[in-house]
Amino acid sequence: MDQYLIAMGTFACIYGLMTISLNLSWGITGMVNLGIAGFFGIGAYTSALLTTGLHWPVALGIVAAMVAGAVAGAGLTFATLRLRDDYLAIVTLGFAEIVRLVIMNELWLTNGSDGISGIPAPFPRTYGYAFALPFLGLMLMVLGVCYLLSTRLLHSPYGRVLRAIRDDNEVTAVAGKDVVRFKLKTFALSTAIAGAAGALYGHYTSFIAPDVFAPLLTIYIFLALTIGGTGNARGAVLGAFILIAILESSRFFPHLMPGFSAVQHAALREMLVAVVFVVCLMFRPDGLLPERRVKRTETPRAGDA
Amino acid sequence: MDILSQLVQLVINGLLSGAVLAMPAIGFTLMFAVLGFPNFGISGHLAVGAFAGWVLNAVYGWSIWLVIPCGFVAAGLVGVATDALVFRRMRTAAPITLAIISVAVTLFLENALRFGFGNTLRTYTVPLTRDWQVGGFRIGTQQVETAAWSLCVMAVLFCVLRYTQLGRALRATADNRALAGVKGIDTQGIARLVVFIGMGLAGASGILLGIDTSIDPLIGFRIMLAVFAAAVVGGLGSVPGAVLGAFVIGIAEEVSQIVLPAVYKSAVGFVLILLFLTFRPSGLLGERR
Repeated sequence: MDQYLIAMGTFACIYGLMTISLNLSWGITGMVNLGIAGFFGIGAYTSALLTTGLHWPVALGIVAAMVAGAVAGAGLTFATLRLRDDYLAIVTLGFAEIVRLVIMNELWLTNGSDGISGIPAPFPRTYGYAFALPFLGLMLMVLGVCYLLSTRLLHSPYGRVLRAIRDDNEVTAVAGKDVVRFKLKTFALSTAIAGAAGALYGHYTSFIAPDVFAPLLTIYIFLALTIGGTGNARGAVLGAFILIAILESSRFFPHLMPGFSAVQHAALREMLVAVVFVVCLMFRPDGLLPERRVKRTETPRAGDA
Repeated sequence: MDILSQLVQLVINGLLSGAVLAMPAIGFTLMFAVLGFPNFGISGHLAVGAFAGWVLNAVYGWSIWLVIPCGFVAAGLVGVATDALVFRRMRTAAPITLAIISVAVTLFLENALRFGFGNTLRTYTVPLTRDWQVGGFRIGTQQVETAAWSLCVMAVLFCVLRYTQLGRALRATADNRALAGVKGIDTQGIARLVVFIGMGLAGASGILLGIDTSIDPLIGFRIMLAVFAAAVVGGLGSVPGAVLGAFVIGIAEEVSQIVLPAVYKSAVGFVLILLFLTFRPSGLLGERR
């Protein structure tokens, strides 16, 4: 049981990285990323291929995964930055599908649907606690660093610009901020984090295959962030842990409802995810830990409302 | 076969598949114009139409040509239902929020179908026909029939949009919702009608697509990229643009097979989306933005 909780904690941290990534782009800057699974996949395959094929050290593999994520993110947004945000939704959604298509079909590189196994870990992969506990520690550390950095970013002048962009593109541009540059940099940063999450996932499980990066993963991350609360990193991390709890407890579905096939149980579970997600967005779009609106430092003048 | 006649053959195939692709592309672009957000629910509704048609055709033995309008109505009604349950309460929400919700709607519908029908591939019962041979080119009779169906539906839609009072009201709402409301147009009713037409088009096209191959709950998801590409290339929000875009994508996908493996067909649409958004974001026939 402890082993199980440790594993779940580790997965929650990996999801937490992705919710922080999505919070940066969608929650703070208002740039939707419907292809987060694709960036996760790019990161996972970059690091896995470099560490298994070319025997790079794991740390370098993770850095390469972040670079790959950032480059893909920057390249993808380049076409849509000057357009309405809807276009980014279309492009990112398509991007994730293309990534999956390439991974499935470039057998010489990715081994197709069989996936890549034997991905090394940062420390010897022994059974029991000797591997699981240090890895959980590592993940908590990575998540903690990302959390602190993104919180700092949020309250820095840079973060204020991002929120201003989210709330009104044009006013921010008129105020003299280079909106396009801010957006490009932030999106690349967020996809770099998603890439790192993918890399760490591979180094943890030692095996990756295309079905890990199904579009459903993107929905999960959106759900986690919506439950936790967009616009702040605390909500993002909380949401990831709640998501893991929901997904894991839904494993007990089959016992509650015997008489359905495995496919039907899987379908029911995904229908439930969809319903919870829509209900959250409809009735509590701010999540459990809503963004705290920035307090005014000066006393408001008369006429300010 | 020399390269030129191979090219002609591919263009013929592309025109035929483009004609079917045009239906969901019109639906997508029409809903974008009137509702103001990209409705990704289109792929789930396409699958709903395909399965509604399959039940009537393969289980109850209805003729396939009778089944196509039924698929339209079924998907349209499901669209109106999801609209009433979810989107109508959120008309003022940010377009991006609505787009994300529409992804969840597709997830729900696809899994509802998976729950009921499983993942197995299913086929319609259609009479087998021999391909035509015209001057050395092969033309699938089945494809010609589905393309003809699609063109008929589009012709009716075009006449409605162009010549009726309803069409005028619809175009006015797409142009400027607030102003249309002031003029006494029932914009909520128009929104509902557009969802019915848009999702109906997707549902009917699901059957047309399924006649050619087979159907499963992810049928809509697989052609989603091509639908987006057709709408973006034609100019998001422009109905004639979506038709033109569908033919462009249909032909581009086929012709790309000269140099690309067939599995990368859907990548063609994605590349065209990126190219158009970079160099001509308003598309071939779009006016806005």
